[in-house]
Amino acid sequence: MDIKVDVRESKGDSYVVDLNGEIDVYTSPKVKDAIGELIDKGHYNLVINLEKVRYIDSTGLGVLIGGLKRVREHGGTVNLVCTNPQIKKIFDITGLVKIFGIYDDEDAAMQALV
Amino acid sequence: MNQPVAHPQGTLGVVELRIPSKAEWVAVARLAVAAVANRLNFSIEDIEDVKLAVAEACTNCIQHAEGSGQIQITCETGPDGLTVRVCDFGGSARPEGIRSRRADEPTVGGLGVFLIRSLMDSVEYDVNPDRGTNLVMTKKVAH
Repeated sequence: MDIKVDVRESKGDSYVVDLNGEIDVYTSPKVKDAIGELIDKGHYNLVINLEKVRYIDSTGLGVLIGGLKRVREHGGTVNLVCTNPQIKKIFDITGLVKIFGIYDDEDAAMQALV
Repeated sequence: MNQPVAHPQGTLGVVELRIPSKAEWVAVARLAVAAVANRLNFSIEDIEDVKLAVAEACTNCIQHAEGSGQIQITCETGPDGLTVRVCDFGGSARPEGIRSRRADEPTVGGLGVFLIRSLMDSVEYDVNPDRGTNLVMTKKVAH
């Protein structure tokens, strides 16, 4: 059980964080570190791609919420790419669909940043 | 492979697992319970619900208690569904750790028990400084 995290620069000053694997209490610190590092460097517009994430729990959600709170303090935002119905369901029942922009593909998530 | 096996007493069986109270073992617990749920007639979506609920219960034990270093997960399978008991043997659980909260505002943490309550049909928990945390949750099979 692990999570693969890839960070890449995209249009403008926005960055994409590609996640692949399972995000739980064990793996979420790795995701938190990657997002935190981007924010520490002054990048406040992020797309986090969850298309290859098979599982997420409350600690993973907490990392995403924490990242969103930090970028919002600087006028930025975090948009998510998510197509997995089970993961969408978790965002739905926790009410996080009202807080995050959740998109079916990366282009839409990126366009919504601007 | 997935046909439930009938048991003379009416229950289908009990499966017990004990894991170290450490983050790296939660995946083992959730996958084991998912395998148990798979033996019943749960839908794939329901199995995912059970998997997440068990992981949240174990995570709660790890994050909010200083127990003996072990978490016990007991699965009781019956014709109507699955009951899972998660306990952590005498830790000093902090009551705020089991408070459920909806994420109407962006806050970190506190979603675990809310998720368990949302995903399972019934949830009961007992937090005692001496006995530790004892959480019992049930998921019914949709007939």
